[in-house]
Amino acid sequence: MTALSNFITHLPILTIVTFLPLVGAAFILMTRGEAQVVARQSRYVALWTTLLTFLLSLVIWVEFENGTANFQFEERLNWLPQYRISYHMGVDGISMLFVILSTFLMPLCILASWDSIRKMVREYMIAFLVLETMMVGMFCAMDMVLFYVFFEGVLIPMFLIIGVWGGGRRVYSAFKFFLYTLTGSVLLLVALLAMYFQVGSTDIPELITAKFSRDMQLWLWLGMFASFAVKVPMWPVHTWLPDAHVDAPTAGSVILAGVLLKMGGYGFLRFSLPMLPEASEYFTPLVFGLSLVAVIYTSLVALVQTDMKKLIAYSSVAHMGFVTIGIFALNQQAVEGAIFQMLSHGVVSAALFLCVGVVYDRLHTRDIDRYGGLVNNMPRYAFAFMVFMLASVGLPGTAGFVGEFLVLTGTFQINSSVALLAASGVVLGATYMLYLYRRVVYGELTKDDVRAMVDLEPREIAVLAPIIVVVMWMGIYPMSFLDVMDASVAHLLRNYHDALATRAVEIAPLGTSLLAWLR
Amino acid sequence: MTALPAFAPAYPEIFMALAALGLLMLGVFRKNDSMTLVTWLSILVMAVTAVLAIQGTDSAVTFNKLFVVNGFTVFAKVLTLLGAGLTLLLINAWAEGEKFARFELPLLVLFSVLGMMLMISANDLIALYLGVELQSLSLYVLAAFHRDNQRATEAGVKYFVLGALASGLLLYGSSLVYGFAGTTTFEGLAMAVKSGPNSIGVTIGIVFVITGLAFKVSAVPFHMWTPDVYEGAPTPITAFFSVAPKIAGLCLFLRVLVGPFAGMIEQWQQVIIAIAVLSMTWGAIAAIAQKSIKRLMAYSSIGHVGYALIGLVVGNEEGARGLLFYLLVYLFMSVGTFAVIMSMRVKGKYVEEIGDLAGLSRNNPGMAMALAVLMFSMAGIPPMAGFLGKFYIFVAAVNAGFVALAVVGLLASVVGAFYYLRLIKIMYFDEPAAAMDPPGLTTGIIMAVSSALMLVFFIVPAPLVSRAEAAARALFLG
Repeated sequence: MTALSNFITHLPILTIVTFLPLVGAAFILMTRGEAQVVARQSRYVALWTTLLTFLLSLVIWVEFENGTANFQFEERLNWLPQYRISYHMGVDGISMLFVILSTFLMPLCILASWDSIRKMVREYMIAFLVLETMMVGMFCAMDMVLFYVFFEGVLIPMFLIIGVWGGGRRVYSAFKFFLYTLTGSVLLLVALLAMYFQVGSTDIPELITAKFSRDMQLWLWLGMFASFAVKVPMWPVHTWLPDAHVDAPTAGSVILAGVLLKMGGYGFLRFSLPMLPEASEYFTPLVFGLSLVAVIYTSLVALVQTDMKKLIAYSSVAHMGFVTIGIFALNQQAVEGAIFQMLSHGVVSAALFLCVGVVYDRLHTRDIDRYGGLVNNMPRYAFAFMVFMLASVGLPGTAGFVGEFLVLTGTFQINSSVALLAASGVVLGATYMLYLYRRVVYGELTKDDVRAMVDLEPREIAVLAPIIVVVMWMGIYPMSFLDVMDASVAHLLRNYHDALATRAVEIAPLGTSLLAWLR
Repeated sequence: MTALPAFAPAYPEIFMALAALGLLMLGVFRKNDSMTLVTWLSILVMAVTAVLAIQGTDSAVTFNKLFVVNGFTVFAKVLTLLGAGLTLLLINAWAEGEKFARFELPLLVLFSVLGMMLMISANDLIALYLGVELQSLSLYVLAAFHRDNQRATEAGVKYFVLGALASGLLLYGSSLVYGFAGTTTFEGLAMAVKSGPNSIGVTIGIVFVITGLAFKVSAVPFHMWTPDVYEGAPTPITAFFSVAPKIAGLCLFLRVLVGPFAGMIEQWQQVIIAIAVLSMTWGAIAAIAQKSIKRLMAYSSIGHVGYALIGLVVGNEEGARGLLFYLLVYLFMSVGTFAVIMSMRVKGKYVEEIGDLAGLSRNNPGMAMALAVLMFSMAGIPPMAGFLGKFYIFVAAVNAGFVALAVVGLLASVVGAFYYLRLIKIMYFDEPAAAMDPPGLTTGIIMAVSSALMLVFFIVPAPLVSRAEAAARALFLG
């Protein structure tokens, strides 16, 4: 084992995992021949590439050292030497699991699109492989400019995926997705440049140790917030999400919900909290407020949806509201809960979108009323759907419970009113998910075309079964995930509270009086 | 009787002028079939000129201080020559295809490039004016070269009338500056301006000079000619318009403002800020409604000039470096895009509506991918070189404290992203229209190489940036 460790620590494993998909894409690009042959080969190359990438990423997890908050597997190469901007990669307890999440979902996406994507298969697979490179690179980037490059780079393949292979108002949704995110991102870029001139470097570890004046922190925080809040997405800048989800192809929705939304939460954890502690403290009430609106309001909106994907999209906004509450509650339970919630939501919502995809492939509608009674002719499907539905609701023993529970426990210590209001989201969540499940799966099997639907085929089982395993694993033994992040989160919080303790002037957070009244 | 001036610093220009005259003779005596020959010889001349410029004197002033050579002028000249050479290849491919082979075409390009090189090396307002005129007059003729075509003629006349007006403004501004400062040499002006207090006359003169130059680089609000000329002129000539004169003009702009007028930075900075902001925003907004891809490219180039001008606003070495790197990226983006536009032919006929690109990704995936890469690069989305170009510009702006300007610029780039994305949408999302003919060999290579360079520049920018940096340093040394 030590020999293996030695070997791996000398291998640029993060670079390999990041760019391996691009190698696969290059292979696909080189395939020649009839359209049918090219399509089949593209599918297989994409599948094998993503599987190999996933296996290699598991090596990162195996070799990852749990007890330390240091960045591991670091790599550094000069990139823009004039500006001391380097290609600097590395992972810590916060980012490592997101890398695994991305690589885990990718082969499932390829499998899920196996039959449903018929046109321009080759380009589709290339887009997904490029997307994987961008996502993994973003979570590994240890330089802010590099982070930004990957963060923005994600837009290109996602824009094409929604626009080319989507349905409905795909063009509108693709543009909305792109321009919303880009607007936020350019403000992040300004913040990034401003920080760079203060510190003289864009290296993330260096930026974390730098101190910014309070006024500057406030502006920088807002610049970052503009970007991350759109990505999370937080109310009221969430409106791109339902559109993008509804019109994206199934696998696109999976990646969107599974990984892309996490980039916002990850941004808060990586940049806003450690670099701008005073501003984070100041704006915490704002985040709490917006998150609570997200949790309650979008849950209610989800309740009245008639489109399955839209319902799950709104539920994503609500669940991500828990995440932002947890992040800004800033104690060990809440932050770990938030990260765990991001991971579990990444898996569960991805699975829910896959479940929608399964029935959509058969009936070509997402209208909830068009279904009903599926338990009679699709029992295996009903079982899988139930597992994910209950995980989304937060049933103990599934992944969803741990995250929500930790977030609420942590938040309760900070502000009981916020925790109370957020907890109402759990109830609402159960309402809309159970209601959805009842309408789709239970009831009489009255419609002829629904009766003709066949149960899961082996390929679909292969897609859903691993997720069921992971969902149960996360619910039953969450320690294997929490152990990874413990040290990093503790380190983050220690630095944060130290920074607050040593600041020159104490200024009450935004809207303190309002919050006091609430309390 | 004074001694002859030193010729050595001007060898590239002298060689080019003589070679151009020689090629003119060749063309006249060989009559009609000499276009291709003259083109290739012209390209050879430009290559030799570039080599002479690179190998030539490091830094010198000659011709009674009318002419200057330093690291900056060499960099700018090589960029201009590169842009002109690449577009000349496009022009040749087009002229052969269109049976419009006239040997005057490459020669006019050659003469206008000579004018640009003189502009770049000008060290005196008079020399500057002469260079600008030599360039402009050749460009007017080029715009109207397709003389049986009504739109080309219109473009030429419009360009000429407005261009002459701008030249007049430039000359008038120069005369005001001369009248109030007492000299036209850049060194003399720099001294006069620095010793201040400056009279209002010099300021007004500078504003006129800026107006004239802003017209030449088509910055808003002096851009009105651009869409019409771009649309009316034959596509490869539009490509030439969008590259070489822009590069030379912006380099000249930079030299004039940070050289002789450096002492009045407070005065001209506000003007350039206004021009930059207007160009970026109007370039982005007006492009949205365009249907002709050439008009769209006109507004796009106006927007790009706005970004480049931010480097000028900053007015220091970092800004100059950003501007030069931006121009380098812009050169390849533009040439690549025009190579694609030139390949927009349906059954041998050129089409120019953006709707004609519909479904290109299915009919011609290679061309669609090249254009998509170029469009993402123009929009400034990483991982394309266009992002780095904007990045260096905004780094300089934020570093110098122009945060608000950077925010405006970045938001304008979001608006701009919309129409670049629209082209991608048309190519990838829409149902296929009539299939396009496969691109020719030259154009195909140019579009492939330019789009590949967008990625290459992004991954290894360091060598190019250090060149731009050296050039910027040379500019501020002397």
